Amino acid sequence: MAKVLKAVAMERCIGCYSCMFACARLVHNVLSWSRSGIRVRSLGGLTAGFEASYCLACPKPACAAACPSGALGERPGKGVRYRRELCLRCGRCSHACPVKAIWLDQETGEPVVCLHCGRCVPFCPHGCLAMVTSAETSH
Amino acid sequence: MNGAVPLTLMDVDLERGACRLHRREDLREKVGGSSLAAALYREYGLPGEDAFAPGQPLIFAIGPLTGYYPLMSKVVLGFKSPYSGDYVETHAGGRLALALRFSGLDALVIRGKSPRPVYLVLGDRHFACKDAGHLWGMDAVTTARTIRGSEPRGRGQRSILRIGPAGENLVKYACINVDTFRHFGRLGAGAVMGSKKLKAVMVSGDRSFSLPYQGTSYHKVYRQIYQRITGSGVMAKYHDLGTPVNVLVLNGLHSLPTRNLSATTFEGAAQISGEYFADKLLLRQIACSGCPVGCIHIGLLREKFSPEHEYYYKQVSYDHEPIFAMGSMLGIAPGEAVMLLLDEAEKWGLDVISCGVALAWATEARAAGLIGDEQTLVPLAFGKLEPYRQAIAAIATRANEFYRLLGEGTAVAAARYGGAEFACVLGQEMAGYATGPVYFVSQALGFRYSHLDSAGYQLDQQKTSMLEEALNYLEREERQRLMLTCLVACLFARNIYDQETIAAALAAAGFSELAQNLEERFTSLQRERWRVKKESGYDPHRVAIPRRFHEVKTLQGKLDAAFMETLRRAYAARIAGY
Repeated sequence: MAKVLKAVAMERCIGCYSCMFACARLVHNVLSWSRSGIRVRSLGGLTAGFEASYCLACPKPACAAACPSGALGERPGKGVRYRRELCLRCGRCSHACPVKAIWLDQETGEPVVCLHCGRCVPFCPHGCLAMVTSAETSH
Repeated sequence: MNGAVPLTLMDVDLERGACRLHRREDLREKVGGSSLAAALYREYGLPGEDAFAPGQPLIFAIGPLTGYYPLMSKVVLGFKSPYSGDYVETHAGGRLALALRFSGLDALVIRGKSPRPVYLVLGDRHFACKDAGHLWGMDAVTTARTIRGSEPRGRGQRSILRIGPAGENLVKYACINVDTFRHFGRLGAGAVMGSKKLKAVMVSGDRSFSLPYQGTSYHKVYRQIYQRITGSGVMAKYHDLGTPVNVLVLNGLHSLPTRNLSATTFEGAAQISGEYFADKLLLRQIACSGCPVGCIHIGLLREKFSPEHEYYYKQVSYDHEPIFAMGSMLGIAPGEAVMLLLDEAEKWGLDVISCGVALAWATEARAAGLIGDEQTLVPLAFGKLEPYRQAIAAIATRANEFYRLLGEGTAVAAARYGGAEFACVLGQEMAGYATGPVYFVSQALGFRYSHLDSAGYQLDQQKTSMLEEALNYLEREERQRLMLTCLVACLFARNIYDQETIAAALAAAGFSELAQNLEERFTSLQRERWRVKKESGYDPHRVAIPRRFHEVKTLQGKLDAAFMETLRRAYAARIAGY
């Protein structure tokens, strides 16, 4: 069974952003708090807690359906696959995502989406994130 | 590589409400943070003029490693202090360091005086100077909430600096509140903002920076540092009980300043201890951006406000220094009462240490008959909560002549009313360590009059009376800390970032040149920074240590006043020679 990322315990999050920096560093090879497949944000000052946005690996991904050029395609049980050479940078995937988990990078214009590779998980100091089998993803 | 990239500096002119960007290759040799701010003060500052002169700059500086490694998460603010009248620094965490990094700014210089209250919204690809008429007079907590509501940019990932009424009213120890619960706390940076009619600054940016390829040393060094921070237990105390772990330790060592330092143990220590807060009040911990430790301890304050079961709750941040200043120093316990006072200082935008120590002096002066109700307006007495709550507001609003003077600093009020011998002032109001002569001298003469300058309390615990040993310790410790505050690292990471690690981290991030000859470079930068301070009016020979510090019982028993005086003179002479 394929494994996907899940924010299993965001109530423990301290807002250090180590997960985002890990994705940017290890997947995109940049120092960034935006070019990351997972985004953590405070919910109105730091007293209100934090939320994580990331690809929920929908069974019928709306982003892939909206992509006019075949750059985003379904990966059964594992979210979507992105092929840069096919991307028009039109942004329709970002608009189509029901949980707004695809960002358009302001410098490249490309969509940034979680690959469910799990490289962010060991960098969370509080076990907020985990890789779970696709069957356990009821959010 | 990174080392060849020029620094980017944003220079804001509040009078015109405009800014300019400068690219400065020549500033790379100043590394960043403390030394960069000092170099920029030499360039932009007005060392001979008053701290409130419109042209005086506020200089916010990050460093070459900001964001590149964990705990590289602090910002240095260099400015001429209206409190001490010389060039000083104050440091803060929160999100500001990363917000500046991702705005593409290595330093932000704010100069001039706006004709009307304004706030700045700036960062990557944007700058605006906006009317703050609706924010003027507002407390620091509500100000941030209002800006969060009205400014859509960067929501959830931005930094907001602002002042409360104390800064607007030019109280000389008004702070700048940073994000939620962090501060540029000491020496009156908030009053400088107030003098410029600058209520707030919001910084946000989304830029990205290329990193060395996978498999190169950067990724290896990063992983090693990250593992030492999260896996080795070195940082555990900061996350667990946090800095208030010191309360009981210092109390046991006869080093917890109590009731205006008339004592060094507090009978209520157990009820204001880190353990008490953790068991009864701790809601959760949060972190500065880029720090997996999470040392910011948030307590839950629940207060009943009617005879029925009606409560409100607040979240209040606590640390050792605020607890000593509003707790043992005022004879206040338990932790819940301390949190009520911390919350007041937070809203009014006052430096909590100076505020608590000033009120402790006022309490003793009142008991000694030097001042009365006409001055204090409320019956200040050690252990009585409500009068202190009202007195904090009176300082912030400068309610009468007495509170106006108290807002200039404890020593200023003591000069007018008497009681200078028990004013607990070491350059500025003392921090929460009554460990002995090395600490007292280190704060009194320190660059930012802080326990963080050179940490004399560690040497006090070894009970040294060797002059040369103490002098060399202070000089070396200050240099080590300067390395960290140039990068800019959190000083809690000083056991992680030793010189070898700093050199490896700089080289791996592309700053090979800066990684060479660290000791030599920082010896020179240390002296340069002192020269900037001296040019602005600092005279180390003029610093006095009030009599209370000579008489107090510390962990060494009765303090060796002769040794302290010898050390004070010798350290002053060494600084004068830089």
